[in-house]
Amino acid sequence: MRLLYTEKQNQFRAEVREWLAANLPGQPLASFDTPEGFEQHRAWERKLSEKGFSAVTWPKDLGGRGCDLIEWLIFEEEYWAAGSPLRVNQNGVFLLAPTLMEYGTPEQKARFLPRMATAEDIWAQGWSEPGAGSDMAAIRSRAQRDNGHYVVNGQKVWSTRAVWADWIFGLFRTDPNSQRHHGLTFLLMPLKTPGITIRPIKQLNGLPGFAEIFFDDVKVPVENRIGEEGQGWSIAMATAGFERGLMLRSPARFQQTARQLVELYRRHREEADADPGIRDAVIKSWMDAEAYALATYRTACRLAKGGHIGAEASTNKIFWSELDLLMHETAMRILGARGELMPDAADGGDIGAWLDGFLFSLAGPIYAGTNEIQRNIIAERMLGLPRA
Amino acid sequence: MDFTFDEQQLAFRDAIRKFLMVEAAPEWLREIWETTETGRSAELRAKLADQGLTALSVPEEFGGINVGDLDWTLVQQELGYFAIPDSLTATAYLGVYLLNHLPADVALKREWLPRIAAGQARVAVGHPINPMVADAKNADLLLLWHEGEVHALSPAQATLRMNPSIDLSRRLYKIEWTPSEATRVCKATIGQKLWAGTIDRAGLAISAQLIGLAQRMLDLGVDHAAQRKQFGKPIGSFQAVKHHMADVAVKVEFAEPVVHRAAYALAQDDPRAPVYVSQARLAAGEAALLAARKSIQVHGAMGYTWEADLQMFMKRAWALNATWGDSKFHKARLAAAVLADDARVGPGATFA
Repeated sequence: MRLLYTEKQNQFRAEVREWLAANLPGQPLASFDTPEGFEQHRAWERKLSEKGFSAVTWPKDLGGRGCDLIEWLIFEEEYWAAGSPLRVNQNGVFLLAPTLMEYGTPEQKARFLPRMATAEDIWAQGWSEPGAGSDMAAIRSRAQRDNGHYVVNGQKVWSTRAVWADWIFGLFRTDPNSQRHHGLTFLLMPLKTPGITIRPIKQLNGLPGFAEIFFDDVKVPVENRIGEEGQGWSIAMATAGFERGLMLRSPARFQQTARQLVELYRRHREEADADPGIRDAVIKSWMDAEAYALATYRTACRLAKGGHIGAEASTNKIFWSELDLLMHETAMRILGARGELMPDAADGGDIGAWLDGFLFSLAGPIYAGTNEIQRNIIAERMLGLPRA
Repeated sequence: MDFTFDEQQLAFRDAIRKFLMVEAAPEWLREIWETTETGRSAELRAKLADQGLTALSVPEEFGGINVGDLDWTLVQQELGYFAIPDSLTATAYLGVYLLNHLPADVALKREWLPRIAAGQARVAVGHPINPMVADAKNADLLLLWHEGEVHALSPAQATLRMNPSIDLSRRLYKIEWTPSEATRVCKATIGQKLWAGTIDRAGLAISAQLIGLAQRMLDLGVDHAAQRKQFGKPIGSFQAVKHHMADVAVKVEFAEPVVHRAAYALAQDDPRAPVYVSQARLAAGEAALLAARKSIQVHGAMGYTWEADLQMFMKRAWALNATWGDSKFHKARLAAAVLADDARVGPGATFA
């Protein structure tokens, strides 16, 4: 055990810090769930990609920086500590890319990954359907093979970033007689393909952060298929594993929220202490954000030594989503009656982005597999309890 | 950056685990504390010594193997998992730490360290952070706090009054004694630092034991839920039961690395080690208390009986969680560190 950074790692940290200080946008970007904000975030991703920073763990020839997981953690620490923008292409970079790296052909990698790194293509995901949420194996959208194409019909829903994104990845039923997780295939397609209709869905904050997508005889070339026909479920489960697992939610983001919470508490210490539970929740927030960081470093080091992530990835998702809720609920308690004020309220004082963050923290236990589903996975696959 | 134990450390841990699994069956442990006045077994102590556990911290010149806090932490997790009723920690970890750090010319070291390493002496350690001294009567040597000084005496030089604990394996004594020049082995200027180090090592040992205890209670709950049938199927197939156990697994998963970081910090003499130990105490305590609460629920009425082994681990967890600094003590230390206006928190501060 050696919990020290190497000289090279320290240099990398310094490089990231200096670059961010010199290149961060002077003004906060508009929300990426608005048309202008979406394009501002795309431009920021492109800027990041000039240094290989939009996808630091990818090989350099695909647009990344060739970093290992410890360097990724360092990058994330500097990124969030500097107050950098949210990542508009995280569906692509953190969810699809690991799948492409593992299951994509060399041609597919060369075709999709560099354009993803530069945000020329921003990706939306197409998992859920009206009848297939937690029960994802109930997917009904069909893709029927017709020579060199699939013809796609059906409907996807809760598709994050889909309103302005360029491409979508998802699962479609290629074998009409198949049941459950059999007969599903992993397909990629441009959202501008004829036959695709996108209907934005307003989220709690009033912005269209996700969408419904309707497919009406949409032609998708066979070369846009990842893996073999009918293999889609196991490939998607691998993607879901990445999402729950290491990379989608780096600890640094929660540590930054914990820091902001501690600072908020320090500024309002006297009034906050009138509610004794607040102080305890602030300490707990710091503790759990640190615990999440320590656990992630440990996992990264185990992976570097040849280990792998199993069902314990499901513990991550529960832990960070509940931590995020705790931190935002606590901030709202400190803000008290100012908590309901929108960010542009003239007399909000130091309300910051807590309200928006609070709303978003409510989504954490729901998306990427609800926490109830995660608890089932932990109980069955990690603890070995019998299925229902 | 390497947040893993090396092969040798893990192999030693595995060997101890296998040994305890075979040699420390719950029935025998119960027999030890139900049928003896001391609650301790010379046979068990001899077996632990055979495995080298009494010699872990003792320097080689005194017959020990001189490994550090990290190795101890892995051992402590196993001691917790198997609820070992022995004064091993007070003797071979805390006692040896104090003796090792006494000024060099103290004859006490030469007298006691070889005997401890060989498994032939028991040490009890008393500090006012605890109202009682565990295993004081059965000890060969008492190391006691007095105004920051370290005093050494034999149990015969003190008046001991046994106070029963809900954990029948524990033997707690209220102790009355008279400090004197003859009993003092270290003055307060040095002693203060030694006692601080003792509190942190006790805290680390307890954190690690609590992780082991939490894991054991989780395993017992899972075993019971997989075997016990109601409505024609194992109760572990019901989501309400599954989720109790999953919640414990999450807590253990995220408490263990906190404990391991505290161990590393102590081993490195990192000035932040006391804060990290308190963090470990709180995280491990939370995991162990939740494991107790959820496991008794999953056990149903069986969990409320004397017969079910769960009680051994549950009671140990409750007791240990409040010794060598209770939650009030550790949370206060953490609050002082985290909420101070100049405290460095946030991304990048974890190892910096």
